[in-house]
Amino acid sequence: MSVRIVYFAWVRERIGKGSEEIDLPADVKTVGDLIAHLATLGEEYAAAFEVPRVIRAAINEEHAEHDEVIGDAKEIALFPPMTGG
Amino acid sequence: MAAGGKISGDPVAPVSVRIQTGDFDISEEIEALTGDRADIGAVVSFTGLCRDEGGRLSALELEHYPGMAERAIRAIADEAVARFNLSGITAIHRYGAIPPGGNIVLVVASAPHRQAAFDGASFLMDFLKTDAPFWKKEHLKDGGSGEWVSAKDADDKAKLRWQKS
Repeated sequence: MSVRIVYFAWVRERIGKGSEEIDLPADVKTVGDLIAHLATLGEEYAAAFEVPRVIRAAINEEHAEHDEVIGDAKEIALFPPMTGG
Repeated sequence: MAAGGKISGDPVAPVSVRIQTGDFDISEEIEALTGDRADIGAVVSFTGLCRDEGGRLSALELEHYPGMAERAIRAIADEAVARFNLSGITAIHRYGAIPPGGNIVLVVASAPHRQAAFDGASFLMDFLKTDAPFWKKEHLKDGGSGEWVSAKDADDKAKLRWQKS
């Protein structure tokens, strides 16, 4: 299954792109699994996801915890804690 | 009927959420919320501005997640209206490069009485800080590329006070 992943702030900078389509391995079920999988894709990904617990996620533009199942999500966003306002 | 209850015929509370690069005019936003109504007794506005951090910064760059940013703030605004019985609420968040002294965010909450208006504006800001997908990057006066602003524990704590026991 292919899913669109979008990155923001220093996650985007470390990976070097704002979005990409990823083919999900069958064993990637949750947001946490996805982050662990991405971290294996290269040095830049390892740098972005070196501390997985600080990464926040959204599935189809709704906040999601790391144990949330990805299911048939269209878009998953991964980003640092938010600092608006 | 119970005091304070909604009766049919109450005006619908307008909720306006905008994510934009341009500046905003506080007077215009207050007027838009209150101008044609006679049932509003209180308006509270909050404006968040860019600090220069002791003269270090040339600008803050605001990045956001288009779509989700508006959706997340609208959800908080809807909750604020329901929870404090607001007459209306407007939230505007800018993105892009903002120089020290420039406006970043505006919240205007209106209500029949002041406490609801204060609470509505404060509630929206507390949740916006931690739940709306915006990120700030510092640009330094000396030309150096600055750091991404870190999230503060104090912001997480600020929203806990709204938890219903």
